[in-house]
Amino acid sequence: MINDNSQHLTPGALPSSMQLTRDGQLKHFLSIEGLPPLLLEEILDRAEQFLDLPNKAQNKAPVLRGKTVMNLFFENSTRTRTTFELAAQRLTADVVTLDIRNSATSKGESLLDTIRNLSAMNCDMFVVRHQHSGAAHFIARYCPPHISVLNAGDGYHEHPTQAMLDMLTIRQHKKEFPPLKVGIVGDILHSRVARSQIHALTTLCTGEVRVIAPRTLIPAGVEQMGVNVYTNMEQGLDDLDVIIMLRLQKERMQGGLLPSEREYFSLYGLTEERLKLAKPDAIVMHPGPVNRGVEIDSRVADGSQSVILEQVSNGIAVRMAVMAMVMSGQAMEQSL
Amino acid sequence: MSTLQLKSARLIDPANQQDVVTDIAIEAGVISAIGDLPNDFKADKIIDAEGLWLMPGLVDLSVYLREPGQENKATIAHEMQVAAQSGITTVCAMPELESPIDSSARINLIREKAQAADNAAQVELIGALTAGLKGKQLSNMGSLKKSGCVAVTQGLAPLNNTNLMRNCMDYAATNELKLFYQPIEHSLLADGCAHQGAIATRLGLPAISSSVETTAMAQMLTLIEETNATVHFCRLSCAKSVELLAIAKGKGLPVSADVAAHQLFLTDMDISDFNTLCNTMPPLRSIRDRDALRQGVAEGVIDVICSDHQPHDIDAKLAPFQQSSPGISALETLLPLTLRLVEEGVLTLAQAIASVTHKPAEIIAKPKGSLGVGQAADLVLFNPEKMHDISWESMQSKGKNSPFFGWGFTGRVEVTVIAGDVVCR
Repeated sequence: MINDNSQHLTPGALPSSMQLTRDGQLKHFLSIEGLPPLLLEEILDRAEQFLDLPNKAQNKAPVLRGKTVMNLFFENSTRTRTTFELAAQRLTADVVTLDIRNSATSKGESLLDTIRNLSAMNCDMFVVRHQHSGAAHFIARYCPPHISVLNAGDGYHEHPTQAMLDMLTIRQHKKEFPPLKVGIVGDILHSRVARSQIHALTTLCTGEVRVIAPRTLIPAGVEQMGVNVYTNMEQGLDDLDVIIMLRLQKERMQGGLLPSEREYFSLYGLTEERLKLAKPDAIVMHPGPVNRGVEIDSRVADGSQSVILEQVSNGIAVRMAVMAMVMSGQAMEQSL
Repeated sequence: MSTLQLKSARLIDPANQQDVVTDIAIEAGVISAIGDLPNDFKADKIIDAEGLWLMPGLVDLSVYLREPGQENKATIAHEMQVAAQSGITTVCAMPELESPIDSSARINLIREKAQAADNAAQVELIGALTAGLKGKQLSNMGSLKKSGCVAVTQGLAPLNNTNLMRNCMDYAATNELKLFYQPIEHSLLADGCAHQGAIATRLGLPAISSSVETTAMAQMLTLIEETNATVHFCRLSCAKSVELLAIAKGKGLPVSADVAAHQLFLTDMDISDFNTLCNTMPPLRSIRDRDALRQGVAEGVIDVICSDHQPHDIDAKLAPFQQSSPGISALETLLPLTLRLVEEGVLTLAQAIASVTHKPAEIIAKPKGSLGVGQAADLVLFNPEKMHDISWESMQSKGKNSPFFGWGFTGRVEVTVIAGDVVCR
C-alpha cells in the first residue's frame, strides 16, 4: 500500500485521556471514564439548552454548518443511529450513514484500512458503533487528527452518550445526585451501558450505586468500580430513587448463563409489586428496546413512574450537545 | 577447524558451580581446556575477555518460528540469527496450527532452513502431539522421535477429549518423548482475552479466569499420577498453578515447568489502556500472580524461563484488543529480563543463568547449557557494564511486537560462540 503514514503507525496504549484537548476540552467522546465531573455537567447543561429550543423540528442550530458527520455502524442499531442522525441534522451537518456490517469488513478488510479509506472522503466526525471493546479508542488514535470520534457503543466497554442521556433524565427528575440511590438491574456482564452509567454516576458523586443481577451476569471485580452488588432483586430494590433496567439478550440462554426468560422474569423482572419496594417517587428507566415480560412488566414500562420515552427525547439533545462540544474543542485544537 | 582462546573471562557456569576468572581453549567446536591451557595449544584467534562474563549459550524452550506458512511474520533464517545475537544458542521450535511439526518432511524443512543460515542459533524441534495439531488423533510419534524431536506438545491448540489426551501420554511415553503441556481448559477459555478481574471488567473485555489454567493443570496432574508420564508444564501464569506444581513436585511426580520472561514483569495493569502489545496467551495476570511466579522461579518450583517468542507483522497488533493477535516478540529480551531479576533481588546470578541454560537443556535432555571440558563450545561473552535500550529501531527480529520499548537494561551480549564458531560480536 502506498501510504507514508503506515511507516509511523505503531501499536500501543490507547488512554482515555486522548479524548481531551491539551486545555481539557472535549475533542473526541470515547468513554465516560477519564472525564471530570465539570465536563459531564457541561454536557448536561448544553443538552438542556438544546431541549429548550422552541419548535425543535424546524428550528435548527447551525453549529455544524458545512461539516460532514459519518455514522459508522459495524453492529446493528436503530434508535442510537437514528438519534445521532437527527442530532447531526438539527445542527445542520451533512450526514452519511454506513452500515458496514454487510460491506467492507465482511470482505476481509481490516478496521484500520476501512478507517483510512473513509478518512480519505473528507469528513469531520465519525460516530462509531463496533462489536469490540476499545474500537472507538482505536479509531480515534489512528484516524487523521482533524476528525472527531464519538463512541456509539464499543463491545462491552462503554456507551457514553446513552449514559449521559440517562444522567440528564435523572437530573430532570431528581435535581441532585449525592442523595440518590440508583440500582442497575440485569446483564451487567455484557453491558456497555451499565459500565458507562456506573462511571457517570460515580463521577457525579451519586450516594449509592447498586448492580442487581444473578452471579452469572456480574463481572468479576465490578465492586472496584464503586458499586454494591446485589443478587437478590427485592433487597436490591429497597429504598431506591432510580431503577435502571437493562435489556436481556436472547443469547444469554444459549450461553448457559440463564435457564429461561420466564425464570429470569420470575426472579428479576420489574413488576408493580416489586416496584413498591423502591421509594414511592422512584423513576424507572430502560435504555431500550424493551423486552416486555422478560425484564419488565408492561404495566411498569407504561406506568406513571416510567420515564423511558423521555430518555429517547433526551438522547437527541445529549448527542447534539456532545457533537457541538467536540467540534468546538477540535476547532480550538486546530487553531493552536 | 580453527582454534579459539578466550582470555581472562569471568566464567559463570551454574551447572558446575563455577564462578572464576580464567582462560578457556576451544578446539574443533569443543571446549578443550579451562584454566591452565596446555603448552602446545596454539590459538588461531584470541579474544581478550577481561571484564566480560563468560556463560553458557542460552537454551530457549519456546520459539514460534512462523515458517513455513507465515513468512509475513518471520523467517527461520532471520530469527535464528537474531537468537544468536541475543545470546541464545539453541532454540526449541514450537508447533502451531499454521505449521504443525508433525512429519519428518516438515522437520527436515525447518532443519534445512535453520542450518542454511549463517551465524545462527541451532534448532531443536518439539513435535505435534496430535496429527496436524487438530486434537483428533495421535501424531506419528515414533517417526517424530526418529527424526530427533526432543518433545511433543499440543501447544496452544485445543485437545478437548480427555481419553485422547491420556492415550497421547501413554503413546508419548512409549516413544520416550516428553510431553510439553500448556495448561488451558478451552471450554472455560471461550472467547476470553484478558485476565479476569477489575481491569478486564472495566475495559469490557471477555475474561480469562485463573481456573482456565488451574483446572487443566489439576486434571493433567491426576493423569500423571495414573500414567507416570513425564510432563513439562509450559508458560505458567497463575499463583495457584505454582502452588499445584509445588505439591506435585513434593509428591515426587515427574514434572517440571517454565514461565515466559514477560510474565515475571508485566501484569494486567499493562493492558489497562487497551495496549495490544500486552495481549498475550496466557494473559498477563495480577500483581499477586506475577509475584508468585517470581517466587516460584526463586524457589526452584518453576525450573525454566523462556522467551515464548511470537513475532507478528505489525498489522496483527494494529486492531482493537480482541481482534489483535496474542504474543510478544521476545528473543531479544530473554536475557536482559532474566538478568534484571538479579538486579531486582529476585534471583542470584547463578539462579538466573541456570534458568536459561542448563535447566532448559536438562528438560530436553541435551548436553548443553554448561561449560565443562569436552562439551560443545556454545557460549556467550557478556559485557555487564554496557547499557542499552530496547526500541523499535534497535529491534532486530522481524516481529516488532514488543511491549518493552523504552526499557533500559544494564549489560549486553558482546560475542556469541556456537559450536566453536564466533557467530557474532
